[in-house]
Amino acid sequence: MSKTTILEERKDQIHRSGEGAIDIACNRESLAGAVSQRACVFCGSRVVLYPISDALHLVHGPIGCAVYTLDIRGALSSGPELHRLSFSTDLQETDVIFGGEKKLEAALDELIDRHSPKAAFVYSTCIVGIIGDDLEAVCRKMTEKKGIPVLPVMSEGFKGSKRAGYLAACKAMFRLIGTLPTEGISPLSINIFGDFNIAGEIWIIREYFEKMGVQVVANVTGDGRVADIGKCHGAALNLVQCSGATLDLAKMMEEEYGIPYERVSYLGIEDMADSLYKVADFFSDIDPGIVERTQKLVKEELEVLMPELARYRKDLEGKKVAMYVGGSFKAFSLVKAFRHLGMECVMVGSQTGTAEDYAELEQITDPGTVIIDDANPLELSHFIKEKDVDVFVGGVKERPIAFKLGVGFCDHNHERKEALEGFVGMLNFAREIHSSAMSPVWQFVPRRANRIAAEKKEAVNE
Amino acid sequence: MSKVKTKKTVKPNFVSTTNACKLCTPLGASLAFRGIEGAIPFLHGSQGCATYMRRYIISHFREPVDIASSALGEKNAIYGGGPNLKKGMLNVMKKYEPAVIGVATTCLTETIGDDVPMNLKEFKSEFGDLDLPDLVEVSTPSYSGTHIDGWHGAVRSVMEQLCVSKAEDTGRVNILPNMVSCEDVRHLHDICRDFDIEGTILPDISETLDGPALEDYVKIPSGGTPVSEIKEMSGARGTIEFGRCLPPQTGGTSLEKTFGVKNHRIGLPIGLRESDRFFETMEDISGNPMPKRYELERGRLIDAYVDGHKYVFGKRAVVYGEEDLVTGLCAFLSEIGVDVVLAGSGARKRGMEDAIAAVTDGVARMAPEVREGVDFYDISEEAESLRPDLLIGHSKGYRYAKAWNIPLIRVGFPIHDRFGGQRVLHLGYKGALNLFDTIVNAVIEKKQADSSIGYGYI
Ligand code: SF4
Ligand code: SF4
Repeated sequence: MSKTTILEERKDQIHRSGEGAIDIACNRESLAGAVSQRACVFCGSRVVLYPISDALHLVHGPIGCAVYTLDIRGALSSGPELHRLSFSTDLQETDVIFGGEKKLEAALDELIDRHSPKAAFVYSTCIVGIIGDDLEAVCRKMTEKKGIPVLPVMSEGFKGSKRAGYLAACKAMFRLIGTLPTEGISPLSINIFGDFNIAGEIWIIREYFEKMGVQVVANVTGDGRVADIGKCHGAALNLVQCSGATLDLAKMMEEEYGIPYERVSYLGIEDMADSLYKVADFFSDIDPGIVERTQKLVKEELEVLMPELARYRKDLEGKKVAMYVGGSFKAFSLVKAFRHLGMECVMVGSQTGTAEDYAELEQITDPGTVIIDDANPLELSHFIKEKDVDVFVGGVKERPIAFKLGVGFCDHNHERKEALEGFVGMLNFAREIHSSAMSPVWQFVPRRANRIAAEKKEAVNE
Repeated sequence: MSKVKTKKTVKPNFVSTTNACKLCTPLGASLAFRGIEGAIPFLHGSQGCATYMRRYIISHFREPVDIASSALGEKNAIYGGGPNLKKGMLNVMKKYEPAVIGVATTCLTETIGDDVPMNLKEFKSEFGDLDLPDLVEVSTPSYSGTHIDGWHGAVRSVMEQLCVSKAEDTGRVNILPNMVSCEDVRHLHDICRDFDIEGTILPDISETLDGPALEDYVKIPSGGTPVSEIKEMSGARGTIEFGRCLPPQTGGTSLEKTFGVKNHRIGLPIGLRESDRFFETMEDISGNPMPKRYELERGRLIDAYVDGHKYVFGKRAVVYGEEDLVTGLCAFLSEIGVDVVLAGSGARKRGMEDAIAAVTDGVARMAPEVREGVDFYDISEEAESLRPDLLIGHSKGYRYAKAWNIPLIRVGFPIHDRFGGQRVLHLGYKGALNLFDTIVNAVIEKKQADSSIGYGYI
């Protein structure tokens, strides 16, 4: 390993499966100057709350923080589209000197009148934390004045990583919960937490639950509505997808309303099926037929999916894949999903994994797999090369790293425009991986081209 | 033709911003630093800003964009970010081995009052025994300016901090091209070569942000303006800086003031007449006549203008984006008979109205509504009644073009929903021809799409 690629201070954030007990350092502040792929607290809050489509999302700060989140996510709505607009108080120098509270108030006044949202989220950014605007007070005042919940999201960017932003978002949403009556909610009911309806994924999942006879009270937050969140404490069970984003909210609800939660994943075959069975088991006491209905559903879906998958698998068998994702929970599902395609995971990294997450990753990955926390471009490119990866899975920032090295890439973050969840999503996923790995273009990129040329030469010499 | 009268801006802006038509200051600075050979941009602030900007820039250029950050946390925000800045620079030096570190501040570090020049001075004396890269700093609070201020600020800082003594006569020409595309910069290189004069283009993103596929991941891409050339810019025959809406103090003016290198400030050479100005200036400085090739390009452009004039005449366009890009586009559109009904920019107090009046004088049939400090909400409010046929600007106008069912002509930055944004040619006769073809074809395509008959011959 080249000495310059990995900084001494970061050595304990990298581990190889099978090489002793995993003791990875995580949840650490990013190292200065390390070109982290991580975002900030604000980003975490924004990701979680963004899909609530009938709320106003006002970013209190200078323009950048808002503009970089302008319509970059693929979270779809079946109704209102207010979430796709990017609102900012666009703080100017005078606001920074004299305080931005007045401007925030005026902005809320203007925007709430203009768009009549069902609620407003006000995000604080770094600079607001420094100049000390009292968001809480402004929001309280505007709640009274406008008659809708105006909720502060304490998401100053420097106060931690993206993960801290998830908590801030959950705290803001928790204030909405319990504000509306729960009459008419079925005893067989759930809330879907931690799915953001990227490319309409939540619609796929809801359909499964509807077929099982389970009512979905609120989507938190994909295709989300303020009113649904307001009454979601009437549901019998919370399903939490993704490790970081909404787990805190589920815990708060368990404590306050006694609603249990299950952790689930809709990615890949086993995890999707397991998630449905978990729900079926949970309700089997009050509806004994549900298990059978669920089995039937899964069977039908698999009958369609498996033969198709087999076709892709033929091509993909033995190819190597690396991934770098935001939350590591997604990585568990991906590792398993890739097994169905006959592919081997050789590197798994995450921006915000926890010690438990990494321990589990160590369990489910093959020996020698690199596990890495809070990586940067140089480290990622180093391992892509070392492991001679065929496909890399990540987000927009990782894409050019793979492409520069002549490696296929699959976008698997909030900006993707393909639905990858559910059984049909697994097929989309296979198709996407297939088109990433099998394109003829890879033979022309220097790294492969040179190797192919060398192999040919050797063959001639032999 | 009578002089076009300028209209006074009527509407006040709203308190809040909806879908901003500008980006933040350090983004412009980071882009400019990326155009210096061996340089790495370094944002002094919290991690989020750098990550967001990287993501945004990557989507346009589809290239790796490594921007370091001092990754300030809560404690640093309270006690000052100096130590993190130094530590961060050491780490960057270790890993990237840069020739230059371009440090730009962010809102956070400006507000807590970090004294970056002093920090850098301390850094130099503390670590003087190491082989230090050149350090350049620029102050880029986003609450007073846009990404364009960041760009110009960084160029000026590079100029002032790296070019510190009078060089011998190099016989070169300096070009400060403003925030244009990689293809534009490549075209400028060609023009210099054909004029038989060596050009120093600062910054030069042509290779650093549009590089080839490589065997290996390079830490800092090759290309960019060489520092050795920057240090000799004081010995050039003249400087051409593009922009009619520039701040009063720029790299060009300070070079003129300090070293007497004559500064030629002209508009972005977009369209026939603004390109003429550029080529005349090149003739002036090089002492050579315009090469035949460009005469032909010019002639071909006029020929195309003639061939296509009817398709576009009287079409109404809304143009938005960076102040100088918008001004250049207005110059071009007025030549081809497109009426610009609204010209908007997120920047404030840049004299865009006067600049547009100057570049459209004598050809435009009407003065556009010129609006500074606007966002897309403002633009759409006004455009509704202006009934445009064309929207011209970057990708973020797409939702409006879709709503109004009119074509969006993608120019400038960012282009996030099309391929090849970095390869759009805007400048020179060739750039005008490219824009002209694109616009005429968009009009034809729309006509075809709207027609129930489906003519294959238009
Ligand atoms: S804090 Fe300032 S520099 Fe950072 S993203 Fe926001 S506007 Fe840009
Ligand atoms: S200013 Fe703070 S909140 Fe805004 S993007 Fe930067 S780190 Fe995040």
